[in-house]
Amino acid sequence: MNEVTITVNGVPETHQVEPRMLLVHFLRELCGLTGTNVGCDTTQCGCCTVHLDGRAVKSCTLLAVQADGSEVATIEGLGTSDRLHPMQESFREHHALQCGYCTSGMVMQGIDVVRSGIGHDERAVREALEGNLCRCTGYQNIVDAIMDVARNAPDSCGDGSVR
Amino acid sequence: MNLPDFKYERPQNLDAALELLRGNPQARVLAGGQTLIPALKQRLDRPSVLIDLRAIAELRGIEVSSTHVSVGAMTRHAEIAAHADIGMAIPALRHLASGIAHPQVRNMGTIGGSIANNDPAADYPAAVVGLDATVETTKRRIPADAFFTGLFETALEPEELVLRVHFRVPRRAGYHKIANQASGYVTVGCFIAAFDGQIRVAVNGAGPCVFRQADFEAALRANWSPDAIRDLKQDPATMNEDMHASKRYRAHLVAVAAARALNMAAGGLEMEKA
Repeated sequence: MNEVTITVNGVPETHQVEPRMLLVHFLRELCGLTGTNVGCDTTQCGCCTVHLDGRAVKSCTLLAVQADGSEVATIEGLGTSDRLHPMQESFREHHALQCGYCTSGMVMQGIDVVRSGIGHDERAVREALEGNLCRCTGYQNIVDAIMDVARNAPDSCGDGSVR
Repeated sequence: MNLPDFKYERPQNLDAALELLRGNPQARVLAGGQTLIPALKQRLDRPSVLIDLRAIAELRGIEVSSTHVSVGAMTRHAEIAAHADIGMAIPALRHLASGIAHPQVRNMGTIGGSIANNDPAADYPAAVVGLDATVETTKRRIPADAFFTGLFETALEPEELVLRVHFRVPRRAGYHKIANQASGYVTVGCFIAAFDGQIRVAVNGAGPCVFRQADFEAALRANWSPDAIRDLKQDPATMNEDMHASKRYRAHLVAVAAARALNMAAGGLEMEKA
């Protein structure tokens, strides 16, 4: 077992883990943060997208021990049901979800897109969602939701200098 | 999916990493993990220990001069894709990096990991061969033409690590891949670079390992134009074949990818992106 400390949504989380534990299981099982979903478990669907030191990564393809000493942001760190993050609000506004399974990953990736400064370019936004699969919406409303935040509340996603 | 059990080490410098590797054939080096972790999930390998290179400062950093672009082995694809000076020196290299897999993978995956793995469907091997790069390791400097030796095989020895990749800055270069729609992996790709007195054409995805297309190089040396390669045919015999593309189809795509890479090299990059 290895002792790992990961700052999750600003709170240091220290746990004993097997080196083979994936970050997504660290978040769900040890931190109790089940908003990050496991979809395909093969680096394709993007449901498990979180931010590692400010950039979107797939937590099913990262070991918890790799993130030792790093900062991780998950969907739970964004807002509350009373005060949604602008990206969550925009997803609601644009009806950018149906079943919701991909949504936490989509929102985290959407924030990375706006933060990277490409949120005004529809083609770039669509390309940046290549690693996030949605089987309900056909993506149109997700793209609209992300571009809306890029236009109206880009500062809510931080700046591109985070790394 | 549970991974097989292993130990984890995060050495703080190169000497410590090499010490961990020494006499330990079951040790595996972990760079970005975007291939290794999926491979472990599938039980394609059972390492005793993963040696994570992420803390080693010597493996980082990008240097751009008028003649070379030098990239540390642990440089993430996203860093190259976002690097303005690389975009000026070798736009095709930046273009290649920005098209690898998808953003989340580009935020983790590294150039050293990609070339050491040498997946036939990877992008970087085409740039390394096309740009006549030199791979600097902990033991020696290996020219690109000698580095990639076969399917998932390289000239690297068991206790040898990639330190940096030194790309030559060409006069012009272009890269185009025809990717599998679902996976994004390269079905066939082509990197073309023109140096003073030399044209290099590297083809990836098509065969078991990246290769140089000598007849295309000769034709383009004589006539730097799409007309020169339009009627050249690749022999299907040496092509890969899988459920996505037959040998004959891949052979056809070599010429298609080459023509498009040439278009970019000839100045069509902006057109391509617009």
